[in-house]
Amino acid sequence: MRKKISLLIVDDEESVRDSLFNWFIEDGYSVSCAENAKTALKMIEEDQFDIILSDIKMPGMDGLEMLGRIKAMNENAIVIMMTAFATVDTAVQALKEGAFDYVTKPFDPDDLSHLIRNASRQIILKDENENLREKVISLENVHDIIGSSPEMQQVLREVESVAQSNASVIITGESGTGKELIARAIHANSSRRLFPLVSVHCGALTESLLESELFGHEKGAFTGAVYNRKGRFEMADSGTIFLDEIATISMKMQIELLRVLETKTFMRVGGTKQIHSDFRVICATNRDLKKMVDAGTFREDLYYRLNVVNIFIPPLRDRKEDIPLLANYFIDKFCKSMSRSKITIDPTAMKRLQEFDFPGNVRELENMIERAIVIGNGKEIKVKDLPIQSQSPVSNIESLEDLEKAHIVSILQKYEWNISRSSKALGVDRVTLYNKIKKYDLKAPE
Amino acid sequence: MQNPDNAIQLISLGSFDKNLMLNTTKALEKIFGRIVYYQQVYQDLSVFFDANRRQYNGNQLLQFINENYAKEGTKTVGLVNVDLFIPILTFIYGQAYLNGNSGIASMYRLGNERYGLKPNPQILEERFIKEVVHELGHCYGLIHCHQPDCVMRSSTYVEDIDQKNSTFCSHCRNLL
Repeated sequence: MRKKISLLIVDDEESVRDSLFNWFIEDGYSVSCAENAKTALKMIEEDQFDIILSDIKMPGMDGLEMLGRIKAMNENAIVIMMTAFATVDTAVQALKEGAFDYVTKPFDPDDLSHLIRNASRQIILKDENENLREKVISLENVHDIIGSSPEMQQVLREVESVAQSNASVIITGESGTGKELIARAIHANSSRRLFPLVSVHCGALTESLLESELFGHEKGAFTGAVYNRKGRFEMADSGTIFLDEIATISMKMQIELLRVLETKTFMRVGGTKQIHSDFRVICATNRDLKKMVDAGTFREDLYYRLNVVNIFIPPLRDRKEDIPLLANYFIDKFCKSMSRSKITIDPTAMKRLQEFDFPGNVRELENMIERAIVIGNGKEIKVKDLPIQSQSPVSNIESLEDLEKAHIVSILQKYEWNISRSSKALGVDRVTLYNKIKKYDLKAPE
Repeated sequence: MQNPDNAIQLISLGSFDKNLMLNTTKALEKIFGRIVYYQQVYQDLSVFFDANRRQYNGNQLLQFINENYAKEGTKTVGLVNVDLFIPILTFIYGQAYLNGNSGIASMYRLGNERYGLKPNPQILEERFIKEVVHELGHCYGLIHCHQPDCVMRSSTYVEDIDQKNSTFCSHCRNLL
């Protein structure tokens, strides 16, 4: 609930001050009075008033001069001017100086109540608007990104510093690591946050559809274009455009994209008018763009244009200390959305989660927790509620040899069959690892 | 037993119909559950008259009642049958010191005849009681209420007075 609306009455006549004071006190406002502009300005400097009701003609500094000074201090201040000698000139001047309204004394009681009610409504709406804005921003805030590991802390630091700039960003990381969430966090912490963040999933669209989606189209540009349509670049004006799966776009689209990034101007499909849009680009991919550049499937100039800042999100298996934090976060989230009372997780189940590699990363963990809450007993998540119980590498292995083989395979896979890194991880020398590969007849994938 | 120290005092400055005052007193006793005293005094109201506005200054009258008739622990309402104003408003039906000991109420604008209608003593009495209860409500610390039928709802026109009850809504009653 909102605090009491506060009023400051400025009038040199004591009887006017007293009358207004009594009137507004009975209406439940918090009321203060000042006998001249100088005192009023001092009070405004020390305290905050929602509405200032001031006489125009006062000895010393008059109401209009005071209005100018109040507006210089706070341009959003609501000041209502009163006068017993109404002239069109003073009314126009007061409104030009930024007065909320202008009234002639004495007022009809109904007029006065309406006037203050309108001003109060504006204040309440403004407060509400600010609160909603804050809520919207907080919905997209970095707080949704969970991670206490040094790797994630580094990512968050990068997000914070890059958000302040206008530089293009490429976010890389495996599928399910939360690339879009990072893009949202960059946008939400940038100066563009009050403007839209427009997302385009490039991989989901064919070349012609993507072109029309990004640049928009004019009515009749192609079959089915029955009306003019704004493109995503146009929608992202003053905001941010997030191009997910950027590696999937065709060479033709890469050329067009490069041109738009360089000039910030484009034409709608079938259009003739140049459209300018001021947007920031954030891209995401789970592929290695540098390798694609080397292979000639991604334009080098576009790569360098996009890759001003690169943020890498490590896979979940490389930051296992984040798993308990994430698991508890998802439990809270789903309990709230399913209107359930708080559910805990059995320590053995948590241990099992920490042992799992999560090829699908955070998304997989999230789905796993949601499933466990749905099928579980509603009080505690047990190992049996998790779909990983039968996948445990330990479960079907009995001999030490089998265990060694399984472990070597998993390490080799983890380091993409890089023998030096794998042997280092296993704590053996390269020759020993080669011997083990030969012994267990292990083969690198094609 | 009612405590005479927490009484309500009505002071009429000018003559009021006996039945009207009797009914008003009874109604106030019922609504507030306190002893109500009524006293008629003779006071020259011309000292409160403002020749420019051709009305009586409500601020000065309220101050006069407060200084001459109000007693600690008793709520005093001065009753008049003249047109009241305060410097910033064209007219008022009454006013009171919020959480204070005194208030004033005028019957001048409450009669149907002021609006070109046939006089109706019953309606006049109802409006008058509502106005006195409203000002007493302020004396007891109540501010204007947004409940449409609560007596503490602010009224600009007699139609507004007609729409509300002479009693408090549950919220205001709890605050009394």
